[in-house]
Amino acid sequence: MEKRGKRHALSTRIWHWINAISVIILFMSGLNISNAHRRLYWGDSGFAPEQAWLEVPRFPGWATIPDYYSLAAARDWHVVFALVFGFSLLAFMILAFANGHMKRDIFARAREWKPANIWHDVREHLKFNFDHGEGKYNILQKIAYAGTILVLIPVMIFTGMVMSPGMEAAWPWLTDVFGGRQSARSIHFLAAWGLFVFFVVHVLLVLASGPVKQIRDMITGGKE
Amino acid sequence: MMQRRNFLVAGFAAFLAGCNEIGKSDWFGKVVEGAQGWHRGLHRALGGGRIAMAPEYTRADLSPYFRGNGSLTVDTEAYREAEAQGFVNWQLSIGGLVNNPGALSMKDIGALPQRTQITRHDCVEGWSAIGEWTGPQLSTILEAAGVQPEANFIVFRCADNLNGADYYESCDMDDAFHAQTIIAHRLNGEALPVKNGAPLRLRIERQLGYKHAKYLTGIEAVASLDDIEGGNGGYWEDRGYQWYAGI
Repeated sequence: MEKRGKRHALSTRIWHWINAISVIILFMSGLNISNAHRRLYWGDSGFAPEQAWLEVPRFPGWATIPDYYSLAAARDWHVVFALVFGFSLLAFMILAFANGHMKRDIFARAREWKPANIWHDVREHLKFNFDHGEGKYNILQKIAYAGTILVLIPVMIFTGMVMSPGMEAAWPWLTDVFGGRQSARSIHFLAAWGLFVFFVVHVLLVLASGPVKQIRDMITGGKE
Repeated sequence: MMQRRNFLVAGFAAFLAGCNEIGKSDWFGKVVEGAQGWHRGLHRALGGGRIAMAPEYTRADLSPYFRGNGSLTVDTEAYREAEAQGFVNWQLSIGGLVNNPGALSMKDIGALPQRTQITRHDCVEGWSAIGEWTGPQLSTILEAAGVQPEANFIVFRCADNLNGADYYESCDMDDAFHAQTIIAHRLNGEALPVKNGAPLRLRIERQLGYKHAKYLTGIEAVASLDDIEGGNGGYWEDRGYQWYAGI
């Protein structure tokens, strides 16, 4: 059990910052990797323009790691931080289920799902009132956090695993779950932008709700 | 407000510069090597080692044509002559740490037991193509050659020269003796086209495209990769790409 009095458990704080660094590095090295082949396809295979469903723009150097085009160097960053990203999430999930954080703070109760409650929460957000809701987090926060931790990030990890031919030979069923390797690649790309949207909204809401206290609490733990 | 924005821009620029510096450092190179080892170990552990097979497809899944990438031909007089002759005199040498060094003719290769597999080729750039490949398993050739116990890697020598350096590749014994590792001489039921590596290319299905060496001229069993070309075990590996291309 977590000691009383801290707003964020130590495991939550450590994972939060490791994950923040991983997401930034994986996203920016991923944009460099995207520049190597800018077309996206559905299904198992694809390489020609007529097979593509989307051609994405070339991402500029300031948005990529390293800040010049290098598929080899970008893959180095991706290969290292993929492990950090995956195993730190696994550790956080085990601890967050064990210490009750998931059940207590992240999962929404049935009554919170009532449209009236969600609508009320939307209006409070529009009024820049973020201090409401019965638990630690309001329903929109719970949807955002659960959606990111339980859906978006695992989708990033599993579609990444599908794209790795050695991993695919070990777990070929995972490729079928996503409808083929090129589908997994497309979903990886879309989920990455989903995480980017979460990142931007998350940072903006922290800025709007007392950033000094919010960031300090995510470092020191803060008070309940 | 202006100052704060300048501060953020400067911070971001410092972060990018820092990443560039770290990326070039020796210690980060060691971290990357360690991470590659982890990925390879995880893949082998989760799949049960040599047993795990890359997915195989049906003829209905074949790509409309098979894209060529990297070298699309070999720019030498000898190769043009061999091509004009239909590669009848092409030879694959077998050497290094083996008991029976020698060379296989195209006829010898065609006379070995053949494996046909419809597999997906994944380029490191991100695209994939599906083709039907036919050829003897590398394990058959290596067993006949008698690989000595000190050998840790198989090196693949190629006829093509890319940007002034000879193409080559290498793999460990797990992949060398894997059931789907074949010396392909046919693609989609026809002789291997020049752009795809005629007359012989490696298929090493649990790794990315650059491992699938084309225009094969020789196979060598070696104890270490250190003294070969740039010492990193392959043409692209010598240019910064990962040696374990199963990631």
